[in-house]
Amino acid sequence: MLRVQGLTKIFGGLRAVDNANVEVPEGRIVALIGPNGAGKTTLFACIAGFHQANAGQVTLMGKDITGLPVHEIARLGMVRTFQITQPFAKLSVHENIAVGAYQKYPDRRHAWEHARQVAEQVGMSSLLEQPASDLTVAGRKRLELARTLATGPKLLLLDEVMAGLNPSEIVDIIEVIQKIRASGVTVLLIEHVMQAVMSLSEHIYVLSYGKIIAEGAPREVVNNPAVIEAYLGRGAAEQAHPTDAASAETSHA
Amino acid sequence: MNALSRGQSWLLHGGLLLVALVFPLVFPSSFMVNFGVLALFYAFIGQSWNIAGGFAGQLSFGHVVFFGAGAYASTILQMQYGLNAWWGLPASAVAGAVVGWVIGVLSFRAGLKGSYFALITLAFAETMRILANSVEITGGGMGMLIPAKPSVDNLQFAERIGFYYLILALTVASIAIAVWLKHSRFGAQLAAIRENEDSARALGINIFAEKVKVMMLSGAMAGLGGCFFAQYFLYIDPSIVFGVDKSVEMLLVSMIGGAGTVYGPLVGAVLLAGIGDVTRTLFDAQGLSLVLYGTLLVVIIAFLPNGLIDLFKRLWFWRNPTTAAAKVKATKAGVESKEGA
Repeated sequence: MLRVQGLTKIFGGLRAVDNANVEVPEGRIVALIGPNGAGKTTLFACIAGFHQANAGQVTLMGKDITGLPVHEIARLGMVRTFQITQPFAKLSVHENIAVGAYQKYPDRRHAWEHARQVAEQVGMSSLLEQPASDLTVAGRKRLELARTLATGPKLLLLDEVMAGLNPSEIVDIIEVIQKIRASGVTVLLIEHVMQAVMSLSEHIYVLSYGKIIAEGAPREVVNNPAVIEAYLGRGAAEQAHPTDAASAETSHA
Repeated sequence: MNALSRGQSWLLHGGLLLVALVFPLVFPSSFMVNFGVLALFYAFIGQSWNIAGGFAGQLSFGHVVFFGAGAYASTILQMQYGLNAWWGLPASAVAGAVVGWVIGVLSFRAGLKGSYFALITLAFAETMRILANSVEITGGGMGMLIPAKPSVDNLQFAERIGFYYLILALTVASIAIAVWLKHSRFGAQLAAIRENEDSARALGINIFAEKVKVMMLSGAMAGLGGCFFAQYFLYIDPSIVFGVDKSVEMLLVSMIGGAGTVYGPLVGAVLLAGIGDVTRTLFDAQGLSLVLYGTLLVVIIAFLPNGLIDLFKRLWFWRNPTTAAAKVKATKAGVESKEGA
């Protein structure tokens, strides 16, 4: 569904994303994790067209979309959310979602009805008339999700939709994301909340200093010494798994 | 999203239209009809500003550039090329839309937003004023005098009431456009652009194309206003139709009445025309009305940032405790479910 090859983004002297390869098969939930400042959001922005990559190619459903404007990529069915939520503050929740729904249904009646259904899907039915500016953090995260979902995407890019939520809110939203996948939408998500990553994703990419340092199934990846080191610092892997770390160290050197 | 039911909404629209229709018949004096014409004229050009500035968030300080383009386009066609004055109406709309396209493409291509966009429109207006001052076809600084030949064929009405109904028709059309924007995909996309351009793009909205479109629509309306102005006063010159004053008046009536609302410009325009006439009648102080406008704007921005329309809405809730109670209940329910989430 989505294939990113050799993507590189340079800011001044910093290689924010360095030769990244990512593949998201249709119908899957794939996670992108990594320590703060690893370049996850930059990679997202390059994929969705917000940044122009310095090198590399992005292919969506067999179509080369490298360098296309954001709105054209969105219309092809790949829509992103923002880590720092960007609601249309003065509009109501219903109106916010309707903006997304209008991209799918040009006429008002269908768009508003569709927006109402999407609100129900993400559990916001009771908040339809609220101005978006009155929502809590959890509400805003849901709204981001609802708005993008209303456009009828084929692939969702979710940028930390669980950051700042409390455990019960996280459980709720995990359920919502599972429902979204069940409805046939492929998901690529950036997440720090490991509970969510472990229970949601089938495949994980780990980004550190702009490079993909590991990939694989969730269980494999969290035990990978290179990943532990990236998060906790050099030597941490040996303390965690003194026996197998030594052999892994040599294989990665 | 709407405090009024469908029936109440029709009643309000119909009632307003009826009042506007019979106004010059009830108050046939030249003074009162003139007041009506000016109020509607400001409501119309204010609405043109409101559609770009209020609905789409593209705040323009030089909206007069479209107004002037329309005024000159219609007057030049009439005076230099001998076209019937009625052709001035479509011609001025086209002229305003073309200028809107040019300014929109240039400034949005360059990524100008907010105050930068406001300043660039001001610069365009000033450039046009100087240009109109220096070329021959516009009559330069002398301006253009349209000879008075009162006849409906010339778009000059012997009685002011003719002008009144013409501008009423334009204003009704402008309000219909605003209502349509409130309820259409185009309007929703403009609101999204106003609130957050990045989110709008992320959802698949071509923000460049939508912004250019709204500048053309707004420009066409302001252009029509310019044509009406020329035919009503029969004289235009660069400092009148490209001057900063008109830009400020357009934005003032919208801001005072309520930017981004359907009736904001009308409310603001009636108030400003009223203040203007009252001060001119009662006091012999030149420019006193401008002082009052300024004071009013400060008070409104401080206490009613959403305009006078907001005051009416609050009064409506205050007078209708049942609707108000329903709203409070809805808010409470929202709070509870938020806490539950």
